Amino acid sequence: MSIDVDTARRVAKLARIRVDESDLPALADELNGIVTFMEQLNAVNVDGVEPMTGVTPMRLKRREDVVTDGNMPERILKNAPDAREGFFAVPKVVE
Amino acid sequence: MSKSLNSLTIAEARDGLRKGEFTASELTGACLTAIDGADALGAFVHKTPDIAREQATAADARLAKGDAPDLCGIPLGIKDLFCTKGVPGQAASNILAGFLPEYESTVTSKLFGAGAVMLGKLNMDEFAMGSSNESSCYGPAVNPWRSDDRELTPGGSSGGSASAVAADLCLGATGTDTGGSIRQPAAFTGIVGLKPTYGRVSRWGIVAYASSLDQAGPMAKTVRDTAIFLQAMAGHDAKDSTSADIPVPDFEAALTGDIRGKKIGIPREYRADGMPAEIAALWAKGADMLRDAGAEIVDISLPHTQYALPAYYVIAPAEASSNLARYDGVRYGHRAKLSQGDGITEMYEKTRAEGFGAEVKRRIMIGTYVLSAGFYDAYYNRARKVRALIKRDFDQVFAGGVDAILTPTTPSAAFGLGEMASADPVQMYLNDVFTVTVNLAGLPGISVPVGLDSQGLPLGLQLIGRPWEEAALLNHAYVLEKAAGFVAKPGKWW
Repeated sequence: MSIDVDTARRVAKLARIRVDESDLPALADELNGIVTFMEQLNAVNVDGVEPMTGVTPMRLKRREDVVTDGNMPERILKNAPDAREGFFAVPKVVE
Repeated sequence: MSKSLNSLTIAEARDGLRKGEFTASELTGACLTAIDGADALGAFVHKTPDIAREQATAADARLAKGDAPDLCGIPLGIKDLFCTKGVPGQAASNILAGFLPEYESTVTSKLFGAGAVMLGKLNMDEFAMGSSNESSCYGPAVNPWRSDDRELTPGGSSGGSASAVAADLCLGATGTDTGGSIRQPAAFTGIVGLKPTYGRVSRWGIVAYASSLDQAGPMAKTVRDTAIFLQAMAGHDAKDSTSADIPVPDFEAALTGDIRGKKIGIPREYRADGMPAEIAALWAKGADMLRDAGAEIVDISLPHTQYALPAYYVIAPAEASSNLARYDGVRYGHRAKLSQGDGITEMYEKTRAEGFGAEVKRRIMIGTYVLSAGFYDAYYNRARKVRALIKRDFDQVFAGGVDAILTPTTPSAAFGLGEMASADPVQMYLNDVFTVTVNLAGLPGISVPVGLDSQGLPLGLQLIGRPWEEAALLNHAYVLEKAAGFVAKPGKWW
């Protein structure tokens, strides 16, 4: 499989990273180099192997479903580029 | 004591502080002076002298009362990936410019709770993605070692940590290791670096790169220091669901120097084609040292080794593309200036294009690609299956009675800054060829400085241990360290 300019454009869009049209061919080339490197994995026989989800065979811990933290909206908003009246502010989402 | 205070080891400083030979404030002052004289190394990117002096004063009060913990009054550097309350933390990325964490990572809480002193934040590759510290938004950290007038990389991603420890700017530094980011820089700078078993150290409050691989660990001047330092970092944390709720042994007490009868595996697949003769010779010398100490050296096979790097470069970017989705210009850090009519999608796209560096964008997009519809099975699931096979290789070797595995840490000594600029990204990835398997299998690994190459640059060997057996691993490393007798220090040019 190889990555053409259209695929590169689509990947950039999915990743929400703006890439100028003129930079797409170089990006496609770079991604192709990496994908070619990954394709070595096709040489491995993985029949019957379960994909690994975690390295340690442990069950995730559970805790009581109770509130342990909260009531700190000022601290939550403190680093926001734009916060107004207790909310994160963003450009208009719905027309 | 004839040594300057900042060049002490953690163990020496601990003992000297307890005996009252000097104060934590004096020790901290010596480090702060050394840091101010070392801007050319680019290691410290946010200095925190006020916090350091305050913590040192508190440490002195605690020492005066007796029963102070081992790290009480010990000045450390903190990798920029750790969130420390009220101190800039931006993972060496412009997208987190101006971010002041409102909380403290579990590791730094534990260190400061034990009385450690924070000297500042340390340089690194952006979001820990890199092997040379050149992807940092601050510019590269520089290796204190040099063989001619070129500036060399301290390695990456924990390059600032390695540079700072090797140059005696601090007594130890935190690092993180996703594919080799503690061990490779430790090898390049002649220090010790340990990546613990996945789950030994809490990841809470550390900026995530690839969550199934990331693990924080200590970087220090000696194996003993590494043991003391790890003790203070390790342990279960309810805030990290992947941290292990198992007892933490006494790591320093494990340093007996006795490895008689232990079995050390030498994996034949690591004898890569084109391995430099110096690296091969160092590896053989290391095996001889362990044999001389009474260990049995055995040839072992880890048949899926060659697939570790390609598997890593599917899995890590996939996880990164998901973890880094949060940098969108809404909650923290950089937001792009928008044009008339721009909506929220333009805000995301422009913010991320401006804020992320080239290597980070590359990895996010590769990760996006391998997780996208139609490719998920072909790449991501296949890589996770290969990962299972890589882990099975290690499981079988350990089940066969092997106690530890010896390999080189890196395929070369430190290279020059900028020398890899024109190489394709895959060339840089090859730096991790000996270290990345350990992350994929979740094992503990340590790099120990063992010798100098023909140009006078440090080289390290890596020991890989059984899961949760950092104590035994440290003891093996201690034997190697004693036998190697590595005492060289970089000549001061900065």
